Amino acid sequence: MMSTLWQRSERARSVALVLIASIALWEAAVRLLEVRKFILPAPSAIVVDLWREPAYFVQQTAYTLGTTALGFALAVALGLALAVAIVHSRFLDRTLYTFLVVLNSIPKVALAPLFVIWLGTGIEPKVAIAVMIAIFSIVIDAVLGLRSVDPEALNLARVSRARPWAVLVKIRLPNALPYIFSGMKVAISFALVGAIVGEFVAGEVGLGSVILQAQSTFDTTRAFAAILLLGVMGTVLFFLVELAERWMLPWHVSQRAEATGHHV
Amino acid sequence: MMSTSATALRRQDHAMSQTTDAAAYVRMADVGMTYASARGAFTALDGIDLDLRRGEFLSLLGPSGCGKSTLLKCVAGLERCTAGRIDILGRPMDGPPEGLGVVFQRDILLDWRTILDNVLLTAEFQRRDLKALRPRAQALLARFGLDGFENRHPWELSGGMRQRAAICRALLVDPDLLLMDEPFGALDAMTRDDLNVELARLWQDTRKTVLFITHSITEAVFLSDRVVMLSRNPGRIVEVIDIDLPRPRPLRIRETPEFGRYTARIRHRFAELGVLKEE
Ligand SMILES: Nc1ncnc2c1ncn2[C@@H]1O[C@H](COP(=O)(O)OP(=O)(O)OP(=O)(O)O)[C@@H](O)[C@H]1O
Ligand SMILES: [Mg+2]
Repeated sequence: MMSTLWQRSERARSVALVLIASIALWEAAVRLLEVRKFILPAPSAIVVDLWREPAYFVQQTAYTLGTTALGFALAVALGLALAVAIVHSRFLDRTLYTFLVVLNSIPKVALAPLFVIWLGTGIEPKVAIAVMIAIFSIVIDAVLGLRSVDPEALNLARVSRARPWAVLVKIRLPNALPYIFSGMKVAISFALVGAIVGEFVAGEVGLGSVILQAQSTFDTTRAFAAILLLGVMGTVLFFLVELAERWMLPWHVSQRAEATGHHV
Repeated sequence: MMSTSATALRRQDHAMSQTTDAAAYVRMADVGMTYASARGAFTALDGIDLDLRRGEFLSLLGPSGCGKSTLLKCVAGLERCTAGRIDILGRPMDGPPEGLGVVFQRDILLDWRTILDNVLLTAEFQRRDLKALRPRAQALLARFGLDGFENRHPWELSGGMRQRAAICRALLVDPDLLLMDEPFGALDAMTRDDLNVELARLWQDTRKTVLFITHSITEAVFLSDRVVMLSRNPGRIVEVIDIDLPRPRPLRIRETPEFGRYTARIRHRFAELGVLKEE
């Protein structure tokens, strides 16, 4: 029992080892080379900074997390609706899909200031930017997934005289789920990027604006503290999506090997 | 000259019998199918005149690529024939007919559904009462040797078991017309014998109208009331053979001289056509 737990945690153990080693190396380099604090703070200094004002950091993190989660949720809902519409209408496929592809090739960060003009400096423009950046991978992967249905399965539905809605819910969507999840894994990171970009261009709350304020006072340690929190948040969010995937797709080929504990 | 007047005669015959003869479930009159492709037109089926009578077991037998699946898809309403017409119960074909069950060449089980839920899929599509059908589905699965596998997923089953589940799915809604496209093509000989017997018994009990596609001469003779021999390029009817063997037919009927005469006759006919080589 103990040994299987030890074996299963192998990945976590090696990650932790590499992480601890790099942090130690960083700390040692900063101390030995006497790097100045505003160039590169020592890891210990970052931890101390976090330790001194926990409530402040929790508040900022919560704000950015809220923006990211809201942006991601909206991107998924809107993206799925768009994908379904695109797959079911030739007209929308030709117009909307093409439009989305064109829009996607614009560096979306360049549009961020416009959202402040349109939506003010509250949470709305930040959520909107997060949605805008995250939605493409959802739409593109979902369209692909909804389309790559076995034509024979559609024939089976046709000879059963199935209604279009039933075909969507019982065949197309479940078939698209693995694709949708791989789109969601990209989208969750993009939503975080969008939230930070939004905080860069407007507002005084959130980890993005913490970084901006730190920059204006050359408080590099604080900027690193915010970046550390962003890194942790991004990783946790990604693994949450992966967890949801595992829970929802136990039947999928990519999950089966792990479910039985065999790695091929 | 001969053949065109013969076709004309036959067509007249159809026109006359349409009002009088209600025995045909599916009436194929001069059905043809030509696929247009980049490299020109390809005629897969040509001049198919055939009645699928109510309650009969009819097999389509022919070499690979002779248009068997194409004809089945036309009868299922999945494809529209490019020549001739198909009537279902005296009415012109207009999409997949009601009361239809199809077993496709592949099992097409959905990976995310359990076997039981896969069997219930067509019933769900037809918005039947699932609560009432669940015990029936379980009984069917048991009949086809799949009891205990209701809650497994398709990928946990062997090819033969999957195909049996696909047959249960088609049978669950109790179709009047059953179309089967080489349902046993991918199975080993022993499983195939088993399922042949099961299918024969089932047909005996229910007298469904069955259109059955196979490559196997033995299978066709064993199961059918009539065997339709098709030739390739284009797919045409060569001969329709009545199988007058008593029912129920045990497996060992295949060793009788009568059975052998049928298979030999079919084999010779295909050999004449150059489809089969005689040693
Ligand atoms: N969609 C299509 N477009 C063009 N040609 C097609 C199409 N479907 C079938 N064909 C052609 O029509 C012919 C008959 O095909 P079909 O699938 O009906 O054969 P089959 O008798 O069922 O063969 P098998 O026993 O191997 O399943 C083949 O030559 C095939 O290439
Ligand atoms: Mg075929």
